[in-house]
Parts: sequence; C-alpha cells; structure tokens
Amino acid sequence: MKEILSGNEAVARGAYEGGLHFACAYPGTPSTEILENMTKYKEIHSHWSVNEKTSLETALGASFGGMRALVAMKHVGLNVAADPLFSAGYIGAKGALVIITADDPGMHSSQNEQDNRNYARAAKIPMLEPSDSQEAKDFTKIALKISEEFDTPVLIRLTTRISHSKSIVEFAERENVEVKGYEKNVKKNLVMPAHARALHKKVEERLLKLKEFSNDFKYNTIEYKNKNIGIITSGISYQYVKESMPDASVLKISLSWPLPDRIIKEFADNVERLYVVEENDPFIETEVKAMGIKITGKEIIPIVGELNPRIVKESFNAVEKYKLKETMEKAPGRPPALCPGCPHTSVFHAINKLKLIATGDIGCYTLGALPPLSAMDTCVDMGASITNALGLEYSLKGRDKRKIVAVIGDSTFYHSGITGLIDLVYNKGTSTVIILDNSITAMTGHQDNPGTGKTLMGEDSPKFDLERLIKGLGIEHVYSVDSYNLEEVANLIKRETERSAPSVIIARRPCILLPEMKKKKFDKYEIDENKCTGCQMCVKLGCPAISFDKEKKKALINKSLCVGCSLCFQVCKFGAIKKVQGE
Amino acid sequence: MNTKIIIAGVGGQGILLASDILCEVAMKAGFDTKKSEVHGMSQRGGDVVSHVIFGEKVYSPLISYNEADVILSFEQVEALRNLDYLKDGGVMIINDIRILPVPVASGMADYPKDAVGEVKKFVKNTIVLDAESMAKELGNVKVMNVILLGVMAKQVKIIKKEIWIEALKANVPPKTIDVNIKAFEKGYDFS
Ligand SMILES: Cc1ncc(C[n+]2csc(CCOP(=O)(O)OP(=O)(O)O)c2C)c(N)n1
Repeated sequence: MKEILSGNEAVARGAYEGGLHFACAYPGTPSTEILENMTKYKEIHSHWSVNEKTSLETALGASFGGMRALVAMKHVGLNVAADPLFSAGYIGAKGALVIITADDPGMHSSQNEQDNRNYARAAKIPMLEPSDSQEAKDFTKIALKISEEFDTPVLIRLTTRISHSKSIVEFAERENVEVKGYEKNVKKNLVMPAHARALHKKVEERLLKLKEFSNDFKYNTIEYKNKNIGIITSGISYQYVKESMPDASVLKISLSWPLPDRIIKEFADNVERLYVVEENDPFIETEVKAMGIKITGKEIIPIVGELNPRIVKESFNAVEKYKLKETMEKAPGRPPALCPGCPHTSVFHAINKLKLIATGDIGCYTLGALPPLSAMDTCVDMGASITNALGLEYSLKGRDKRKIVAVIGDSTFYHSGITGLIDLVYNKGTSTVIILDNSITAMTGHQDNPGTGKTLMGEDSPKFDLERLIKGLGIEHVYSVDSYNLEEVANLIKRETERSAPSVIIARRPCILLPEMKKKKFDKYEIDENKCTGCQMCVKLGCPAISFDKEKKKALINKSLCVGCSLCFQVCKFGAIKKVQGE
Repeated sequence: MNTKIIIAGVGGQGILLASDILCEVAMKAGFDTKKSEVHGMSQRGGDVVSHVIFGEKVYSPLISYNEADVILSFEQVEALRNLDYLKDGGVMIINDIRILPVPVASGMADYPKDAVGEVKKFVKNTIVLDAESMAKELGNVKVMNVILLGVMAKQVKIIKKEIWIEALKANVPPKTIDVNIKAFEKGYDFS
C-alpha cells in the first residue's frame, strides 16, 4: 500500500512497523505530530511527558525493562534532555532506544537554529538523517535494529522540511517483537564513577564498530556522474543538490555519525573538486577536513538560515543571482497575533498599562510582546521567566523602583516553571508570577498536559490543582482570576506587585480555539459610530477583529471574527461598543 | 518537467487541506509528488504557504523563485507576497478578498490600494475571482476553497478532471458532495 505521509507521520508508521512498544514526547514544532500519530497504533503505549528530560528518562526506563522505546522532541528540547542523553550514551539500550530530534533551520518556529548533529558527536551515539518520508519510515526501523545490535541509543535528526513535507511512502507489516523483560544490571545501568570508567571504554569501542557499520551501510551511497564536481551531502540538502546540480557526482550520507571515512576517501579520490552542501553547521566539513582532505563548504554555502535549491545553485554560480521584482506597493507583513477572544490579552493589557517589567516565557503568550500590547521584556527558554525575574530583582534592588512580573503559560509552568518557583521562594524573591492557565498547550496545537486531566491516549488522569501545588511550595499569596474580567485582572496585578512577598496570580480561561469553546453560543459586539470618539482604546487590545478606519476616525469590529469576549466593551469609556444579541 | 504549484493564504483559510487534495490527485494520476509547508506560528493568523510539486521524479519539496507554474492565492496581498516565485509565463489566480493583517487593522501599516493591479503589471496570465461571493451564491461559504481548486485544475492540463472529482468525493463530508462538485465545476468553468 502507498500513502502520502509527512516525515513525522512516516516516523510513527516506521516505529509501528519496527515493533515499537513505547513512545513519549513533550510537544515542540516541528516534532509534535510524531506522537500525535503514534496514537493510531494501539500496540504502542504513547504519552505526553511533562518535559523532554522526563521524557527521555521515561523512555530509557522502558528500555531498561526490555521494551522498544522512542522519544521525540524539537531541537531545543534536546538541550533540556541533554543530561540523560549523555548517561544513556554510556548505559546503552537493552530494549531499543530511539531519540528523534527535529531541528528547525530557518527558525520557522524556534528561538535558535542549533544543529543537533553536534549532539551525536558529543554523546558518542550514532545518528541517521532521512531525506524524505520514505526514508523517515525506513530509518526509524533501522534505528531500532542498530540500537539493540550495538547496545546504544540512536538519534534520528529530522528538520522542518523533512517533518512537515509530504511524499509517497510504501507500507509494510508490523514486526512483532517480544518485550525482553527486566534484569538487574548495575554495572551497566547505574553510572557511578567506578562503572562509568568501564562503560566509557566500551563506548569508544562501540564507536569504532559503528564506523565500520557506517562504511558498509547501504544508504550511504555514491552516485557518480560528471566527476569534475563531487558533492557530499545529507538529509534534505541531498534533495536540493539533486534538484539544482543534476550532473554532479553525489555522496549521500544517511548515517552521519560516525561518518563513513572509507567511503568519503574513495569519493574524494574519484572526483576532481570536492564540495559539501549541508544546512547550518559545517559538521561533515569539519570531519572531512580533519581527515586531511581538501573540501569546499561554508566558503560558498550559507551557514545562517535554511537552504533551498536556488541557494545551492547560486552558491555554485550555476545560475545568476535572482533579482527580486520591484513592486510599487509592498505586501504588509502578516505576523501571527493573539486570536480574537484570546484569554491572554487582558493580562498583557494590564501589564502595559501598569508599566511593569515583564520577564516572559515561550508559548502563544509570547505574542504579547508584539505591538500594540508590547508587554513583554524578555524571552529566553521554557521556564526562564520566573528565574529571570528573580535575578533581575537582585539587580534592581535599591536602584530601580519598577516592579517585575514573570509571565508563564500552564504547560510551560509544568515543564520547568515549578523548579524556578521553588528557587524564587528559597532565595526570598518577591516578584509576582502570573500563570496564564488556558487549560491546554496551545502554541503547538492543543496537547493535553497535567492540568487538563486527560492523557494523550484519551484516558482520564488526575487533574492538577495548581493552587494547592503552589501553596505547598510555601507561597502564601495565590489568587485566581477570570481572564475576561479586565478590571479585576489589573487590580490584582497592581496589588500583588506592590506586595513585598512572593505571590502567584492564576489568570484562568480556556483557550478560545478549544472545540468545546467553539461550540458555545455568545453575543457579538459592534461599534456605535455616533458614540465612537476615535480614541483607539479598543484598538490597543491588538484584537484581530478590531480595526481602525483612518478616514472616518472610527473603530470597526469585524463581526465574522468577533467571539464576544467583551474586552473591548470593557475598555470603552464612551459606551460606544454594544452587544448584538442572538447571532 | 515537473509541475510546480504554490497555494498561499492566511491561517484558517484551509490552505493545507487544499494542497493535500492536490497532492493526492497528483499521486492518483500516477505522478511522484511532494509538498512542503510550515505549521506552527503561522496558525495564529499569520500567512501560510504550501508548495506542491509533481512529475516523474521529484527531489526538492521546495519551489524556488521564478519556478512556479501556477500560484493560487486565497487572498489579494498574499499574491503580491509570493509574486517572485511565479515563473515567466506562469499563471496567477487571485481570490479577490482582503483579510487585514493586524498591523494594518491597528493602523501601523497600510494595505496596498491595488494589490491585484500591481500583480497584473508583472503577470499577463492573472485570473481574478471573488470565490467567497460565488460560494455564498451556492449557499455554502465553505466551498470557497473548492471553487478556487476548480480554477486551478483547469490550468493544470496534465491531470484529468475526473481524477479531481473522485478525490473531492473522497475528501469532503458525504452530505456535502453535491455542493462541492458544483463548486468545483463553477471554478473549472470560470476561465
Ligand atoms: C524546550 C522546549 N520544548 C518545547 C518547545 C515548544 N513549545 C513552545 S511553546 C510550548 C507550549 C506552550 O504552552 P503553554 O505554556 O500552555 O502556553 P500557550 O501556548 O497555551 O499559551 C511548547 C511546547 C520549546 N520552545 N522549548
């Protein structure tokens, strides 16, 4: 059977065919759909973890018990999971352990463009790089085999253009594999210095064996054509090279750590000029140069941003640089924005009005940083809002009277906000933390989390009681408020930021895009043009349903977008916004 | 030569579904096919672009500047934004509606006065239609996408109309098959 699958769907399919028993992940673009698709296969237990570190540790636990396990994350997630990654490299894998990292060259939805091939080298574990969906499926199955055969975790590196591109995939049957069962083995599974010294030796031996495997690996392939130009490449860059340089000889590397040194030498010997085309870091390039082979890479191929066939072709001077058309009228940018009726809006409106310093975090709510709300000062990594606030508090003390709030989403709070909050209490911080609890992980497309009372497989699970948890951490002042009550939100934030003790405000309202919210009936609002003074207070909410007519000097509500949150009604001082009943 | 098509628009307009159907149609017609798009931030009202390529053998899932045979834009300004991807002699199809970006709505940027006219200056084969109104005439705003697919299908001559009809039947809710087929025909006969 043939189907058109995205790279992420194909990984899930490959895991199923390869006899996987266990999968977990914390969501993150572009990796999220791997676990979402895993739930199609009832033979596999799959669940959302609280963060990437817990996720990798859980998968390793399943591997201890002899299950075939897989864990998926976005590239920055592997930073969070780096600690168990390096230990797992020493421990190896009784049941297969496959780790998917989905990198994001071009930063379509990420804060950096780190190249996670570097993790394979640093943690001394093998890495596969598929170049389309068929390979994403096949390589997942191969990774499960390599993992058990060589007693090692295996990394698979996807990139946005692999994860989110679709191509035709041929299906196969599932291979049924028994769970091997648990046996105590402290010399391997308990990495204290005495054990780890022996394990490190084994890891180095394992790398040598893997290098041999890489040299024989049938997906590391040479395609000879014109031998004047030879290009080494991997992953999606392979497709760009084939598209833009159809006559060049190509060495396609699929197992990119450890690199197949003999094949590289052979290829280098047989072509006149040797190049490497790879996105972001000069990973292959550095290794080839260390082998003493002359090769051209980042001298011509950009290191910043993602590649495409045109960039490759231009880099080789095979085509003239494209000159953008000079249009008289330019297309205005269309940045993402908080949705009409987004419950996050009121908090940012209040922060802006109160002129607070807001250390921010990662989620839909990061959009509160954009004008006209412009209510966020920093965004570093998941969980950083609270500890950034704590540090900033120290540097402001006695020097600057401005108040600090940390703003963090519910999923992000569970991910890594809790430890930061303990730190804040322990070290006597007095900043106010605002948890934006929209009862879902919204940014990545609505995944359940410990606050929703549901698991990935749709089972009920204990619904977390945030107030009790926070009180338990030793914070006396914990208050919740309805996000749609603008005045109460603002008053509470004002009161709590003035308090010289730590406090937490939970601003609560389910995400407007949740199916149960979409079903609800609501009244819409409209502008009474006779009363509108053109003050633009409503426009400053940044609601996509509200626009301002510059000629008429009146605000305008787009009825088809309005969801009746009433925030504009609440900010209007002139009674110019009124409810329209029964729509 | 492979056929390269870009579908562009705004988050929530159904761009991804439309390009999924195109991809399926291409496979059913016996071609190798790939498509690429970016999900994530774009879903929050940002612009959305999907690249679809089909032919005997497809390597890159991305279309470069000056390569697209057809661009189907679900909104005026998105046609202008993607203009550079259209090859010389390519066809631009524009749904004649405006969706204001937030910076425009809040008065921080301007929407072009005549985005369609601007595109026409560069592209001889520009097809402009108000598929939203046409869909309303059919009694179902949701079939706007299918009307637009119909217009595009007419331009992609190497795929037979029957394959499109079959794929539509398989991809829309059973109750709406009739209105969807009507919508497709309406688009197909537009130009
Ligand atoms: C380490 C890490 N893992 C995952 C992500 C991807 N990611 C960005 S925001 C987000 C979830 C945000 O959810 P929440 O805090 O509930 O805020 P919401 O989007 O619902 O407003 C995730 C998973 C990331 N940026 N960094």
